Amino acid sequence: MAITVDEVFETSKMILCQNLDIRTTTLGINLKDCVDSDFRAFRRKVYDKIYKNGSVLIKEAGKLELKYGIPIVNKRIAVTPISLIMEAHLSKDKFLEMAKALDKAASDAGIDFIGGFGALCQKGLTRSDSLLIETLPDVLSKTKHVCSFLNVGSNASGMNLDAVNLIGPMLKKTAKKTKNGAGCARFVVFVNAPEDNPFMAGAFHGVGEGDVTLNIGISGPGVVRSVVEKNKDGDLTELSEVIKRTVFKITRAGELVGRELAKNLKIPFGVVDISLASTTNKGDSVADVVKAFGIESIGAHGSTLAIALLMDAVKKGGAMASANVGGLSGTFIPVSEDMGMVEAVRKKSLSLEKLEALTAVCSVGIDMVAIPGSTPEEIINAIIADELSIGIINNKTTAVRILPVPGKKPGDLVKLGGLLGVAPVMSVNKYSARNFMKRGGRLPAPVTSLRN
Amino acid sequence: MKKELSFITVMGKDKKGIVARISDLLYKNNINIEDINQKIIEGLFVMTMLVDVSGYKYPLQKLNSALEKIGRDMGLRIQLQHENIFKMMHRV
Repeated sequence: MAITVDEVFETSKMILCQNLDIRTTTLGINLKDCVDSDFRAFRRKVYDKIYKNGSVLIKEAGKLELKYGIPIVNKRIAVTPISLIMEAHLSKDKFLEMAKALDKAASDAGIDFIGGFGALCQKGLTRSDSLLIETLPDVLSKTKHVCSFLNVGSNASGMNLDAVNLIGPMLKKTAKKTKNGAGCARFVVFVNAPEDNPFMAGAFHGVGEGDVTLNIGISGPGVVRSVVEKNKDGDLTELSEVIKRTVFKITRAGELVGRELAKNLKIPFGVVDISLASTTNKGDSVADVVKAFGIESIGAHGSTLAIALLMDAVKKGGAMASANVGGLSGTFIPVSEDMGMVEAVRKKSLSLEKLEALTAVCSVGIDMVAIPGSTPEEIINAIIADELSIGIINNKTTAVRILPVPGKKPGDLVKLGGLLGVAPVMSVNKYSARNFMKRGGRLPAPVTSLRN
Repeated sequence: MKKELSFITVMGKDKKGIVARISDLLYKNNINIEDINQKIIEGLFVMTMLVDVSGYKYPLQKLNSALEKIGRDMGLRIQLQHENIFKMMHRV
């Protein structure tokens, strides 16, 4: 059956007016084959492999942008967790040198973010993991493109509270070394981190992955908002249906571009991650989708149901559209990157506590939240531990990306610039869980992990 | 030669000469028009041309720029997109 004018127009409108785009094409690169006892040779091999693959990605992605008339906004790289390949080079200087090599390779290839400067430490910390965390304030302040992650828990392992307890102090040091604490925006702590997530800051190339893989992240909160607005009187089932149908269409666009790009790069295609991801552009906001549902402002009671409905419909539409839906697939609810979320915090509709509740049903977690720089380390650790325990118990990924901004108090606005947007500083419960957090150790794996 | 089908989408206010200017460009560049449709949608003039670009000798960027220029001259939005994106999005 021939494509109709209406169908062509629908696609054009999504792209031109509703910000539909391929949000990211992320090349996962295995660096295990670069390991060398000679550190200089090791670093050179890492640089060469990233630069070579990165520059081809940019060129080929550009061609497809033109062919299909759909913007591919970000071209990124995710690498093998660096702590793993640095086990035999245990010095802070070498970690920093390696970070700078990643930074330079990304910059020379024209890549804006390179993820994977991190560690999998869900059950324990190796010396390399601890050293990596110690180096992070320097790495995040002395590089521009390097993103870092830690996976500190999983359903099978429980949660490593000793690792969590290192994060608060690390974030505070990083915040002091970077303007407005923006360095913290390039660090995310996870439980159940997906090994093929194409979205930054948490992307890394999992140890079970092949040599080089292409993953695609597709977005479109504006497109979803538009169909919700058109269905003002639909009940929840109808709402779910129209969202599913729309997400099916946009995921198919991602699948098409991903498969063809992987074929042109002569590498395997990994996954399509269909995640509604806000940007600071007008209308490109998940908070606005919630508003279109009929909620005055995100954070109001009813918002958790709205996000749950949205998240589930997105997953269902995506699953039908692609055999390889993966990554985080669902809905991100970052604060600073979503103008509707910023407004909700400013008018006290959205608190940190309600945000935490929303993360129990969204796809990631507490994301791009600024808090006062004076927040004690143990309270930051406790915010992280609370969020991550939601993931452990509910068999899902959760994560935290939080910025303790020096000198700022609740209500202040912090300009982070570019994609990171503007962060309203949120107030934090001042009572402390210090003595609880001090216990350290590991939260045992939940009973749901006993499935063998 | 195997056909390479793309859609040219024109959106904006209807006026004289749209088809003439675009088809002149296509003819001069050895591009065949396979199908042409137009409709008013949401108050907007929308025209789609299904064209075979397999005979086009230059990079697509050049055709895109030429179409954009017509768009600028006539106050229209003109897009060129391979047909596969529509097939993928609108056909199961």
